Amino acid sequence: MEFEAVIGLEVHTQLLTESKIFCGCSARFGAEPNHHACPVCTGMPGSLPVLNRRVVDFALRLALAVGARINPVCVFARKHYFYPDLPKNYQISQYEAPLAEGGAIEIEVDGKRKKIGLVRIHMEEDAGKLVHDEARPVSYVDFNRTGVPLLEIVSQPDIRSPEEAVAYLKKLRTIVRYLGICDGNMEEGSLRCDANVSVRPKGSEEFGVKVELKNMNSFRHVERALRYEIKRQIGLLLEGKPVVQETRLFDEATGTTHSMRGKEEAHDYRYFPDPDLVPVRIDEAWIERVRAELPELPDVKRERFMREYGLPAYDAEILTASRPLAEFFEECVKLFPQPKKVSNWLMTEVLRELNREGKEIDETGLKPEHVAELLKLVDEGVISITAAKKIFPEVYATGADPRKLVEERGLRQESDEAALEAVCREVLSENPAEVEKYKAGKKGVIGFFVGQVMRKTRGKANPKLVNQILTRLLEE
Amino acid sequence: MEHRSLLEWRESLRRREISARELVEYYLERIRRLDPKIKAYLTVCEEEARRQAQEADRRLSAGEDLPLLGVPLAIKDNICTRGVRTTCASRILENFVPPYDATVIERLKAAGAILLGKTNLDEFAMGSSTENSAFFPTRNPWDTERVPGGSSGGSAAAVAADLCAGALGSDTGGSIRQPASFCGVVGFKPTYGRVSRYGLVAFASSLDQIGPLTRTVADTALLLQVIGGPDERDTTSWPEPQPDYLAELEKPLSPLRLGIPKEAFGEGLSSEVRRVLEEALREAEKLGHEIREVSLPHLEYALPAYYIIAPAEASSNLARYDGVKYGFRAQGRDLIDMYKKTRSRGFGAEVKRRIMLGTYALSAGYYEAFYRKASQVRTLIIRDFEEAFRQADLILMPASPTPAFRLGEKTDDPLKMYLSDIYTIPVNMAGLPGLSLPVGFTENRLPVNLQIIGPQLADALVLAFGRALEAALALDLKPPLE
Repeated sequence: MEFEAVIGLEVHTQLLTESKIFCGCSARFGAEPNHHACPVCTGMPGSLPVLNRRVVDFALRLALAVGARINPVCVFARKHYFYPDLPKNYQISQYEAPLAEGGAIEIEVDGKRKKIGLVRIHMEEDAGKLVHDEARPVSYVDFNRTGVPLLEIVSQPDIRSPEEAVAYLKKLRTIVRYLGICDGNMEEGSLRCDANVSVRPKGSEEFGVKVELKNMNSFRHVERALRYEIKRQIGLLLEGKPVVQETRLFDEATGTTHSMRGKEEAHDYRYFPDPDLVPVRIDEAWIERVRAELPELPDVKRERFMREYGLPAYDAEILTASRPLAEFFEECVKLFPQPKKVSNWLMTEVLRELNREGKEIDETGLKPEHVAELLKLVDEGVISITAAKKIFPEVYATGADPRKLVEERGLRQESDEAALEAVCREVLSENPAEVEKYKAGKKGVIGFFVGQVMRKTRGKANPKLVNQILTRLLEE
Repeated sequence: MEHRSLLEWRESLRRREISARELVEYYLERIRRLDPKIKAYLTVCEEEARRQAQEADRRLSAGEDLPLLGVPLAIKDNICTRGVRTTCASRILENFVPPYDATVIERLKAAGAILLGKTNLDEFAMGSSTENSAFFPTRNPWDTERVPGGSSGGSAAAVAADLCAGALGSDTGGSIRQPASFCGVVGFKPTYGRVSRYGLVAFASSLDQIGPLTRTVADTALLLQVIGGPDERDTTSWPEPQPDYLAELEKPLSPLRLGIPKEAFGEGLSSEVRRVLEEALREAEKLGHEIREVSLPHLEYALPAYYIIAPAEASSNLARYDGVKYGFRAQGRDLIDMYKKTRSRGFGAEVKRRIMLGTYALSAGYYEAFYRKASQVRTLIIRDFEEAFRQADLILMPASPTPAFRLGEKTDDPLKMYLSDIYTIPVNMAGLPGLSLPVGFTENRLPVNLQIIGPQLADALVLAFGRALEAALALDLKPPLE
């Protein structure tokens, strides 16, 4: 029997607002423990939350970007569970009336595009962090993260494979980065993902028993965890054993999942509307103000890149996956209006450096002027493409002006026809056997001669010109 | 000079007939002498009050004019005071010293008031007799064998016994108005959201409201003027500015339609209380106001709905007392054991009862039948009042079904105790202003208050009518203490 997986994802994104969601403390990462804490975010008796409206702005950006229905009145609710990193022992979240419902995110896997529906987007506060000193043993609570704003984005169970899950996550990350609302860093926890997974016989309309997966803090972990879990569940079904509804943790060391808690131990969160916070009314004016701030979104940009610059879908997809990269591309094209050449350079030379360092292009010293200049030098025949590739890592690393670098290193390629002809004659006279082959019809050996000329000129010869001269000499 | 009103003291201070230091000493002496009998205070801020008095005298000499400069006040011990322990009369917060002032305390301090001490209450404001204090019960200055009411029993008794110039309490289901009635003082629960709740240790957030307990209606108006008004730290506070309450009291009062809900004068009301209230209504008629019957058909459901909503909110608000961050912590084998022992030993019986009730009411599978149903009943009660206020400008009801009862009389029967608030709870449920005004005495000379209820934000009208009736009755409210 063939099975299919049914996957829904719950993603938490930490918002990049200046201050926390219900108090004035800084929401920035990396301060000394408990330096971003006050009576409100530590849940002192008598303290009251006040909504940071900037959080609603950020949430609305995402809701608009994914086409979700925005509720005209949304309500904060308390979600109760006891844990030391949760100072009030309830989390202020949203339940019955979330910020937005519906909408979808489009993904592409194996050339096929597919829409993953969304159930809801809601606002909530983050919990703190426990720091354990195993030696003493004692545990400390750091409240810096308590009250940092989060958006929870819950997908429909529309995802059918680990690849689709990763594509969805990557697309969601691209969107939140475009919107400037989250830095999307999974390793640091600013983007977190839990998954609900079940399997069923292919073609079946009914859902199987679902398992919740936690503790996956990279795209790779998500993919591995889902792959393992799907295999595990199918294995159980084939053996005629039931899948148990439970929460399981992914173990990155073994690549497996193990049970954390069963259905019986599941929390009863006892949600009810938070009486300390008045319902949030979102009128058309508010929505329009946020809409006016929205940047061009990746899918629209991708279409435009194909239309306006004549780029293939593949190039447009890669360039628009990052907003800074897309903007960089457009700056380059303004200075050097040959889009495909710019695209090729960015997708090979530039992305190689970025991936090596794990950086976004705006986190480096590289300027569009540099790339445009380099491409211009090649286009004008001043340097060879080989030379350009050779000096690019230095341009990238130091931000040096390519034209100066070419002069300093003497990389300007030889385009003096007389001088090149002398070298060509030399090469031909040194290789009579190959000349004979050419004359016998093996035109391909010309490449060998070009190579020899390039070697003698230490790469500085203009290969196009060398080719012309050699052809002329051989045909004489 | 006993039992002078806050406004009288203020005038004496302004005219330099008495210094703030002398006034503080006057109260400290009375507290030393009388409070061992009454036990109104949990904490007396002797040194700090003297220091503040010196500062007030300096400013009075410099000709500064602030609404409460040099006036010593008592504060219910569930309102956070920076540097002064705030216990909520609970073991779990026995040693909790807030690092911040409640908004009302900030405003009192900015107005020049002196913090004399913190008063006793039922633990976390849950109770109607102040017998649920984890430390000791407070006694009624009119009869020390009787309770002062609750939960603001300490503040009511301190005002009645002249152990402060005025006090603040909090009222979730009657906790200002019922003890005001038992102790024969003026107690006012303002419109919900009129006074900031920031720094009031929450019991039931959608019902809690801070308000004054004083010897006169004008004193209440003055205190409300200082503590009330918008506060950006409490999103449930009304953004509308306050009227000048004292100025409103001075304006001539046009004849009012006074609504008497027939449901509030039926079974359950003691005959003595009924007799006193009926006399007060006749007095109101003599002032030219019209008495008319109105109906609050869902009144009887207010109490059961309240005992779903208030415990539900309490179970959530009190979850934070877990031994991790502040207050009492019991040692445990592990985290869960520490939680259990801390909360079992730190909370008293009534608090635990309400946490259990509330937890149950919010549980999966019961939420619809309890919490949601209670919220719907609440909406019906709000509509009842709206309807009644089409027929009447103000509504008059008992503040309590009985006069002060004896210590221990109801401690074994929580339901009997809960019935003490039957006339005050509906007002919290609807978020309305309610004034508890002394209007007479029983044959045993126990005070009886009338409750005057207004529409939302009609606080000034409620006070104005209260003031008129107070003047007409001209009661002697000095208990036979000495």
